[in-house]
Amino acid sequence: MATNDPDPPKTNNGVKMSAFEQQAALNLSPLHGLWALTNRELKRWYKAPIILLLSLIQPVIWLGLFGKAMNFGAIFTGGSFNIPGLSIPKSALDALASQMMQQSFGTSDYFSFLAVGMLSFISLFMAMQSGMSMVWDRRLGFLNKELSTPLARGAIPLGKVLSSILRGLVQAAIVLVIAVLLGLDASKVSVAGVLGTFAGLFLMVMGFSSLFVMLAVRSSNQDTQMMIVNLLNLPLLFASNAMFPAKFMPSWLQPIVQVNPVSYATDISRQLLLGSTGMASLTFDFAYLGGFAVALTVLGMVISWRFLSR
Amino acid sequence: MSTQLLSGPVSAEQVRKEILSIRSLTKTFDGTTNAVDQVTFDVFEGEIFGFLGPNGAGKSTTINMLTTILRPTAGDAVVCGHDLARDAAAVRRTIGVVPQESTADEDLTGLENVLLCADFYGIPRKISKPRAQELLDLVELSKEANRKVSTYSGGMKRRLELATGLVNRPQLLFLDEPTLGLDVQTRAAVWEYIRRLKDEFRMTLFMTTHYLDEADHLCDRIALIDRGKILKVGSPRELKESIGGDIVEVEVQDGSTDFSGPVSGIKHVLGVRRNGAEYRIKTEFGEETAPAVMEALRVAGAKVVRISITQPTLDQVYLEYTGRSIREEHAEANTKVPRRGRMFMGRMRR
Repeated sequence: MATNDPDPPKTNNGVKMSAFEQQAALNLSPLHGLWALTNRELKRWYKAPIILLLSLIQPVIWLGLFGKAMNFGAIFTGGSFNIPGLSIPKSALDALASQMMQQSFGTSDYFSFLAVGMLSFISLFMAMQSGMSMVWDRRLGFLNKELSTPLARGAIPLGKVLSSILRGLVQAAIVLVIAVLLGLDASKVSVAGVLGTFAGLFLMVMGFSSLFVMLAVRSSNQDTQMMIVNLLNLPLLFASNAMFPAKFMPSWLQPIVQVNPVSYATDISRQLLLGSTGMASLTFDFAYLGGFAVALTVLGMVISWRFLSR
Repeated sequence: MSTQLLSGPVSAEQVRKEILSIRSLTKTFDGTTNAVDQVTFDVFEGEIFGFLGPNGAGKSTTINMLTTILRPTAGDAVVCGHDLARDAAAVRRTIGVVPQESTADEDLTGLENVLLCADFYGIPRKISKPRAQELLDLVELSKEANRKVSTYSGGMKRRLELATGLVNRPQLLFLDEPTLGLDVQTRAAVWEYIRRLKDEFRMTLFMTTHYLDEADHLCDRIALIDRGKILKVGSPRELKESIGGDIVEVEVQDGSTDFSGPVSGIKHVLGVRRNGAEYRIKTEFGEETAPAVMEALRVAGAKVVRISITQPTLDQVYLEYTGRSIREEHAEANTKVPRRGRMFMGRMRR
């Protein structure tokens, strides 16, 4: 064996190692394969900056157009607003408006409110990509190649989940920076707050990408997967507090918002970045997201294991 | 296997040692049809073993089972000394697979693909880097090593698959239609690499191919499979001898009358098969039978248009055992590649 190896591994007496001995030199840690797979996904992304750029355009448009155009604060502070017969001073009206905004959105401007919701939005969309890449691997035969190697079966779905998390967090960080540049109220932002926000997003992406990998593990049809993603993305987004405060939603929608993990990730971000009063305590938010992430990851692993182990 | 590895180089009497033993291997899909039915054969260390059969005969299913992608419904196999059912992980470490279709990640470069696959085997970078370079050099892709695979031609992708399949220095390499759909020059080149790699790494090769000339020239032994069953195993020479004798093919002008009767009475003739105006006469001695056939047909009133004597070829063996000509298979194989791919995926899902 290994007659042509430029630098063949040698035993101490200078004899070339047999395959049996070389086996011992292998790095058989399951993490080795997991990192290789994660890095593969990330490489496709950071080596193609155009993809990164394109995936940032959407949230930036939402921020710029939606966030700035839907200026709820201006409804109350618009110049001629007053009640006929009463001559309320402008300063009193402004203070009232600001108070109303604070009560409804937890912050005095809608832009800041939405910008923080956007962090959940971009992370959620990143998580949904993981299933698509699973389908492509199956279609292109890459999955079969993986399966004929000693790669730990669990590393295959976990690699997708891990790369989704990393991509999601990097993109969320970029969106956060853009939001600050566009005028996010950064008066209450702290390092600990940012770290806590990203911990929440981490758990949310972990749970959702496990879910989408699980849905994709038996499918070789990218259209079906695309349909599932399209079916779920907007409802998950709108039936949460990411765009609008849950307390003003109709009562039938409230329970959905209450179970939607996107709400909790957003709730964490709002409390930590904007200092808003949340819909639940931070402890509850983290416990809920943690439970969601662990449950779906374990379920995803079990299901993938079943279908990937032949 | 490990004892043999420790005992040093393979000696002459060890050459016939089995590297792959398959016993009653069966795969049933949907609980009804046996895609692979009670398949039993051995592959010996150091040989090139060919797996021949029509489309859908069960070749890919068998390979998928032996490479641990599909779980057998019944039966056993020992691959490189490891039990397929009980120790799949050990089997995976000792085998290499070169699949039918390109499985490279097209967004990565050739080198990155080989290194990625080395990572799957847990090979540290200080070993895998020089090895990947060496393998890419061997398949003459060093210049293109840092180009994305999406820019590669079909032949280059096939060569990259070869390099990738060898990254763990397998003892047994599975090649599924390694030259399917390639032009003649590329086919010859790919075989040149395969032979060189085999000599270099002293591997055993298990391959399927549609090209009977390839199987004839390259394979030490061949298994014929059809409808999931093994029909015959042997060296190309043994297979040819097994169908017995020479073939005299005659074409007469009048296709409507059956002249089989007078022909079959001729000395040494073993059998006659008629297809319109064409007769395929199996005989022990072609040279003696041919003139007698001409004479018998003349007496019977038939005008001979064409006559040929052939020693048995693998094509004829194939026709004899499967009842189908490899030429039909050729045409099908070249036009139905995408469908085969899908079918393969469909089975994977179970």
